[in-house]
Amino acid sequence: MYESLIAPFVEFEFMRRALVGVSALALGAAPVGVFLMLRRMSLVGDAMAHAILPGAAIGFLVAGLNLFAMTAGGLIAGFVVALLAGLVARATELKEDASLAVFFLISLALGVTIVSMKGTNVDLLHFLFGNVLALDNAMLTFMAVNTSVSLLALSVIYRPLVIECVDPNFLRSVSRLGAPVHMAFMALVVINLVSGFHALGTLLGVGIMMIPAAVARFWARDITAMIAIAVATGIVSGAAGLIVSFHVNVPSGPAVILAAAVLYLLSIVFGRVGGLWRQLFPGRHLKA
Amino acid sequence: MQLRFWNLTLGYDRHPAVHHLDGEVESGALVAVVGPNGAGKSTLFKGVVGAIHPLSGRIERAGIDARDIAYLPQAAEIDRTFPIHVYDMVAMGLWHRVGVLGGIGRSEHRKIRDAIAAVGLTGFERRTIGTLSGGQMQRMLFARLLLQDARLIVLDEPFNAIDSKTCADLVALVRRWHREQRTVLAALHDIDLVKAHFPETLLLAREQVAWGETAKVLTAENLIKARRMCEAFDEEAAACAA
Repeated sequence: MYESLIAPFVEFEFMRRALVGVSALALGAAPVGVFLMLRRMSLVGDAMAHAILPGAAIGFLVAGLNLFAMTAGGLIAGFVVALLAGLVARATELKEDASLAVFFLISLALGVTIVSMKGTNVDLLHFLFGNVLALDNAMLTFMAVNTSVSLLALSVIYRPLVIECVDPNFLRSVSRLGAPVHMAFMALVVINLVSGFHALGTLLGVGIMMIPAAVARFWARDITAMIAIAVATGIVSGAAGLIVSFHVNVPSGPAVILAAAVLYLLSIVFGRVGGLWRQLFPGRHLKA
Repeated sequence: MQLRFWNLTLGYDRHPAVHHLDGEVESGALVAVVGPNGAGKSTLFKGVVGAIHPLSGRIERAGIDARDIAYLPQAAEIDRTFPIHVYDMVAMGLWHRVGVLGGIGRSEHRKIRDAIAAVGLTGFERRTIGTLSGGQMQRMLFARLLLQDARLIVLDEPFNAIDSKTCADLVALVRRWHREQRTVLAALHDIDLVKAHFPETLLLAREQVAWGETAKVLTAENLIKARRMCEAFDEEAAACAA
């Protein structure tokens, strides 16, 4: 037990770093994912993750594999796409999901083109899938700062954000915070995706945001519990994925996401809230 | 506090839904707004709460700012699948008191419990909103209105599709607001209910058909007139000269 589950982290520093990294990621991203899911914006996370790519790629083009250049590029590109998609949706007949879909496809094509202009296929793979086992101190610090900022900001906008989700008309009738809160929330999505980008890449980073949220939906009826379960699911998936990748020698990023996927499948079947088992064998009906 | 309409025209895409309305709602009045579907009742209310701006004319709200108004829209766009408890939903009514970061202290908790008790939902505090029936949902929204403690309360068809017991309980709350000198505007379809409980009525059919004492407004003649006046938008309509 100790040998297989604990020892890898005790013996190898890169395993400890990776565990800290995915844990920080789960702490910041999973709560944001819960709100994305509850706002029926689950695919928006995916779209935004692609949108980050060309910005990070331009950073790479200018400064090579430099943390700050790539991060700044990713943040800028993410904010620009979020703003543009929102503007197009407001100014034209196109709905926000359609305009996001268009923007993220353009971004993905642009990003892959830019990376290929300078880098090798290895660089491209790093961009798309990250490298959780190669997190250095600077990156870990950066991810921890992002997570702290994200949690603090989320706690500040929590109340209006919840009201905006449940009853947008009510929020509109009592305050003008609706639009700024939505923009702040999209900024949190971008920040967490840029964090995730370094560890898991643009394609998989969004997994640690959305899959734990989907898992949590099967276990809680109330948003507070849902957020706690999502964070725990993210951390457990991270640890489990790293251990599996260590023993079986598969790439660790995909292993983390697959571990989350296993928890998701278990939840579909055994989940307390709306799981298949409960639906197929509900037990005798109650008295009242 | 004063609410006045000056030659008010409200609408969408230049088409008037409320046309050249003049009149005054006195402070503390209890006014029913009656009229066929499409008569402009909801549009008028959106104008009153400031959600839409007049096409022409104006609405004077002397001494009323946003926090004095509580608005219950028709078929509120509430996401009933959202995992939130009745208690927290009602607590939203304290928004103007606690805002984004203010704490909810002992006195606020007592207010929330009192509001929930006043609408007869005690025991439902920890239920999620998705499990409520239509009538219970409406009771919950009235509890939230109670907490808003507003001087002008605007209710858009608040008693649609609820049973007579719930309706009676909620009408009692409206009467209580009236006794507390709050101004209440309510869009309603049930003529008997209006006659029984609302001293003043505005009969609307895009234009004002009649406005005043309920018994004088809700005559058979006026109601027929209202039905006739209310036709659909004309896409080809010319610009209004008035």
